[in-house]
This record gives sequence, C-alpha cells and structure tokens, in this order.
Amino acid sequence: MWRDAVLVAGKDLRIELRSRVVLHQVLPFGVLVLLLFAFALGPEHGPLRQAAPGLFWLAVLFAGVLAVQRSVAVEGGEGTRDGLRLSGLDPAGIFLGKTVAVVVELLVLEAVLAAGVLLLFGAGVRSAGLLVLASLAGTAGMAAIGTLYGSLSAGLRVRETLLPLLALPVLAPVLVAGTRAWQLGLGTGPSGGSGPWVAMLLVFAAVYLALGVLVFGPLQESA
Amino acid sequence: MAPVVLLRAAVATTGRFPALAGVDLELGQGEVVVLEGANGAGKTSVLRACAGLLPLSAGEATVLGHDLRRDAAAVRRAVGLLGHSPALYDDLTVAENLRFSLRAAGAPAAGRAELLGLLERTGLGGRVAATAAGRLSAGQRRRLGLAVVVGRAPMLWLLDEPHAGLDAEGRTLLEGVLAEALAAGASALVASHEPEVVVPLADRVLTMGGGRVVRSRRGGRRRVLAGGAHVA
Amino acid sequence: MSAPAPPSPARRPPRRALVGASGLAGAVGLGVTVWLGLWVTPPDVHQRDLVRLLYIHPPIAWVALYLAFGLAGVASLLWLWPRTRARLWDRLAASAMEVGVVFTALTLLTGMLWGRPTWGVWWVWDARLTSTALLLVMQLGYLALRRVPADPDARARRSAVAALVAAVDVPIVHFSVDWWHTLHQPGTVLNPELDAKVHGAMAWTLLLGFVSVTLVFVWLLAERYRIEALADEAADAGLEAALEERWAEAGATAQAQAPAGVGS
Repeated sequence: MWRDAVLVAGKDLRIELRSRVVLHQVLPFGVLVLLLFAFALGPEHGPLRQAAPGLFWLAVLFAGVLAVQRSVAVEGGEGTRDGLRLSGLDPAGIFLGKTVAVVVELLVLEAVLAAGVLLLFGAGVRSAGLLVLASLAGTAGMAAIGTLYGSLSAGLRVRETLLPLLALPVLAPVLVAGTRAWQLGLGTGPSGGSGPWVAMLLVFAAVYLALGVLVFGPLQESA
Repeated sequence: MAPVVLLRAAVATTGRFPALAGVDLELGQGEVVVLEGANGAGKTSVLRACAGLLPLSAGEATVLGHDLRRDAAAVRRAVGLLGHSPALYDDLTVAENLRFSLRAAGAPAAGRAELLGLLERTGLGGRVAATAAGRLSAGQRRRLGLAVVVGRAPMLWLLDEPHAGLDAEGRTLLEGVLAEALAAGASALVASHEPEVVVPLADRVLTMGGGRVVRSRRGGRRRVLAGGAHVA
Repeated sequence: MSAPAPPSPARRPPRRALVGASGLAGAVGLGVTVWLGLWVTPPDVHQRDLVRLLYIHPPIAWVALYLAFGLAGVASLLWLWPRTRARLWDRLAASAMEVGVVFTALTLLTGMLWGRPTWGVWWVWDARLTSTALLLVMQLGYLALRRVPADPDARARRSAVAALVAAVDVPIVHFSVDWWHTLHQPGTVLNPELDAKVHGAMAWTLLLGFVSVTLVFVWLLAERYRIEALADEAADAGLEAALEERWAEAGATAQAQAPAGVGS
C-alpha cells in the first residue's frame, strides 16, 4: 500500500510539474478569490482583517475543488481509468497517493494565499505554529474527501457539477474549525483555546483518510 | 489441464443493454483464439469481461485460475489488455509512462536497462522515449501500449484490434512479441475485423453475433506440439 | 455481485396491510396530535401559544436527523459489507434518504416558523438550524448522485459510499457548528428536567406526536421501497426482453454465417 502510494503521488506530482495546471490556473484563481472578497467587503483594512481567516479558508476550499477536479481529470483520459484498475496497484495505495499529491499542491497554494492575506488584508501573525498545524490537518481532510468524491464521480458525465455539491457540505466542519484556528493564530477573533479546533481538524482528517482506505477498493470495482 | 479462460453462459450488461448474452468460451493454455463479428457483436465486451473490467451478472467464469465473479482484482493484475486506447498519461514522457506502468504492476522488467531495451524493441527508443506521450501518433501510442503488455509478461494476452493503426513494421513487431509470449506458455484472445491478418495466427476462430458465440472454426496457425517443439 | 433479490414485498398482502395500517394510524395520530396541541393543551408560561409548535417540530426533527439518516447510513454500510450485500439495503438506503429529505425540509420549515416570533427573524445562525441545512444539502447531493444514469450495481456502490461519508460527517458537523455558535434552547425531551418542563397533557401530546410522525415515516418509507422494488422488477423484465432480442440477433448471425462457406 505505502509503496503504491509513493508511486502514485510521485506520478501525480510529476504530471503537475510538467503541466503546471494547478500552479498556473488554480493558484491564480485562489488569489483572484481573495481580491474579489476585498472588492465585496470594501477597501478598509478593519473588516478585511476581521474576515481574513474565513476568506482564506473559503479561497482554499474553492481552489481545492479545482485541484481535485484536476487530479480526477488526470486519470479521466480515455483508457486511463481502466488502466488504473488494470495497473495492479492497491486501491488504498492509489487513494493515499492521490490524496498526498493534492495535499502537496494545496500546501503550496495555501502558502501563497497566506502571504496574500497578510499583505492585502493587513493581518498579523500571532502564532505561526498554529496556522501551519491547522492548515496541514485541514488540508489532509479536504484532500481525502476530495479524492474520495472525485473517484466516486469520475466516470460520470456530470462530475464537474456533482463534485462541489457532494464535497462542500461535508467539508463545512473544516471551514468552521480552520477559520476558528486561524482567527486565534492571526489574533483577529475572540480569544479562546485552539485545542478543540485543531483536534477537530485532526479527527476529521484521520476519519476520512481511514474511510478512504477502506472503501476505495469497492469503489474501484464500479466504473 | 484447466483452461486459461472458461466462460459458461456469461451475461454482462452495460447500462441496461446485455453486451454479453450468454457466452460460452474456452481457451486452452498456449492457444490463440480469434473473435470476429460485426460491430456490437460483443467482441470487445468478451475481452473486457476476461480482463475483469466488465462485471458478469450471470454465468460462470474462470480466468487464469481466478473466479472472475469473486476475485476480479486478481484477474486484473494477471492479464495483459491491449485496448483501443492504451492507458497513457499525456503529460509524462514515453519512458516515464512505461516505467510507471511496470512499477505499478510490480513487473520484473522494471529496471533501467530492461526499460531501454523494451523501448528500443518497440521502436520507441532514442528521442521518442523522452517525448511526452500526448505528442505521439496513434500508431506510436499502440506501440507504447504493446510495450507495457510485453513488460508485464502476462500469461493471458487480450488484444483488441491489435493491428489497427500499426504500420507494416509495427505489425511484424506485434506478431513477433506475441509469438515469443506464446512460446513461453502464454495464451491469447484476439478480437479483430481483419480476418486476413489474424486468421493465420489463430488456432480457432469464433464468430460472435448478438452477444454470443454463434460459430467456431479452425484457424490457420501451425500448432505448437504438446511437447513444446515448433512444427513451423 | 448482487445477491438474489428477496421476494418483492409487492406480492405480500399481509405486509401490505401492515403498511397501510401504519399509515392510517399515523394519519389519525397526527390528527389527534393537532387537536390536542391546538385545543386541549394549555399555553406555556414562557412561550405562550408557540409551545404548540413543539408537539410537531421535535418529532419531525427526530425522524429526519436520526431515523432517516441513520437508517440510510446503516443500510449503506450493510450493502458495502460483502457478506450482507443485497439489493434490499440499496433500496432501503435510497428510500430512507428520499423520504428523509421531506422531513429535513419540514424540520427547517417548522424551526423557522418557531424562530420568527421567538428571535424576531426567520433565520438565525443557530447550531441546529445550520447543521440541519447542511444535512439537507448532503441529502440532495445523494439524490442527485442517484439520479445519474448508471449500472444498478455501480450506482449502489457509489451511493453507499456517499451516504457513508455523509453519515460519518453528521456528528462532526454537529460538534463544529455547536461550538461555533449556539442560541438554541437545549433539547426539550432528551433533557433530564423533562418532568419539570413538560407535564400532563403536554407530555402525552408530545409522545403521541413522536409516535404518529414515526408511523407516517414508516408508511412513506415502505411505499417508497415498494416503488423502488417494482422499478427494479421492471428493469429486470426489460433485461429479459433485451436478452431475447440479443438472442434473436445471434440466431440471425448464425444463419447468415452457416451457408456461407469457410471463406478466406
């Protein structure tokens, strides 16, 4: 399983290095979302700084859906879906590999968006460790859900419209917990303990990584 | 000896359409069976079913000793399918595609030297090996697909219109690697529209119609004797 | 693959009678609940006449959030588990989810009706309203997925995984939104101070509400299941016809081939 996961993650990241679709299309889209939020909320730094954590996670969520769409599209080429099933790869390994590749791509994207939030919205950092930890855990959960639902809708003609409808409501806890953790990390919201929020993100990621490992095999049987 | 492929009254549906409507088919070890028939007769569906890609809704099926209805995953690992459009990642190079496929399959021939040899052999060496697969011509894509099958060294070859898109040199290559695999004990199931090309390769030719095998006749292949000595 | 389908409930009169009885009992029970709730029970000290909505809102919410969703989740799990796999579970999950959507929507509606006079606005970002809204979207997503034309087996597989992912999410959503913000009064019936808050005729009315709404749900679920089973039956019959058509085609090919000699 782990060997196959490394193989698949390496393959997906290599494809991204070659095609640069996430870097050249999804990343600018994420930055654009931040700009559009600023237009919607007005030019004062006050409200923007207040909203910064939520806007960051919303931008990540929307860009994340696109990154997952891309990850599915890579396998969606004619014959490639059958190819993956015939490949002899362990389904759990495929799931973990594709999830890890999406996580790596999203972490790069989040680094840029975080810089954008700090620069454009004038937010300051209170606890960098908390920001990083929350991002890592939240992204892992997000990528797991995305890969799971992505594979679920892969063979379908309506997958572009179906994937966000399926994935985004399930990801609501990541948005809530990620935003709260970032409010504490940026010092923009009400003070409080960050423990429950980080714990929630970690539990979310663990639950869906485990579920994905278990159900990806049966899911691959149907195509 | 147990047959390599055994289908008994196999039924498979795609959507609500019975692509296979009760297929009986037996393929012995070392045998080459050609499937012919009109478009929609069920040739490709037989190959996909034997590859563990198309689940059966009724009937019995054994492929390479695995029960197709219980352990399709094992069947998928064991067979080599050359389909209409080989599974390739357009953004990766030819060499990278081949390496990924062979490593994924845990194929013995995944080392650097073997990869290069395989690419040379299939006419994809040199500059072509470093080309993105998306830039290949249809014939070159088929060759790459063939290279993957050769590298995986399956005991059952499932070839769907293997000659389509290949030039004369490619066809010679195809027949050469197939003959080698057969000599090594593999068997082959070939779907084709070109009887003049494939019938000479076949032990038996099965005509398909309406999702069933309707007729069987001898092919033109010079048999390998039971002892393993070539008659040809 | 799918295990042999259990005999269709459409052909079992005793069970049909039972289903009809539960529907009838549910309808009568609801009528009595309305009568008790509107005319017999007294207004509450704090909530005045608004309390009357509480005879119907918690029962609907219980059916939507726990019964329907739980049933769909468990049935999906049983379908995914190879040993218990049967079409029965797929149909049950689909039916529970579809009937559940109606109850979830009603939960939201009655919740908002209660919220308008209580909080002065139709919508409050209260924990339970918010998570119910999310649940509704998840259920709609599940139904949208089922709508996509696909092989029955493939559809069952996808739907089961989607239902499972959503079902696992429910407690997480609940906690996250609960910690996020809560204005809602604590649960009424599952509250230890039950006796102090609801008593006498009010308690009996609420209990009757729970029983009636549950019976209505069971009735709708059984009817929905029957439709699903009939649709499966029709599809199977269609498959038989398609098979025979295919055989005729095979026969025609064989005839066309036979006289023509061994060519090439």
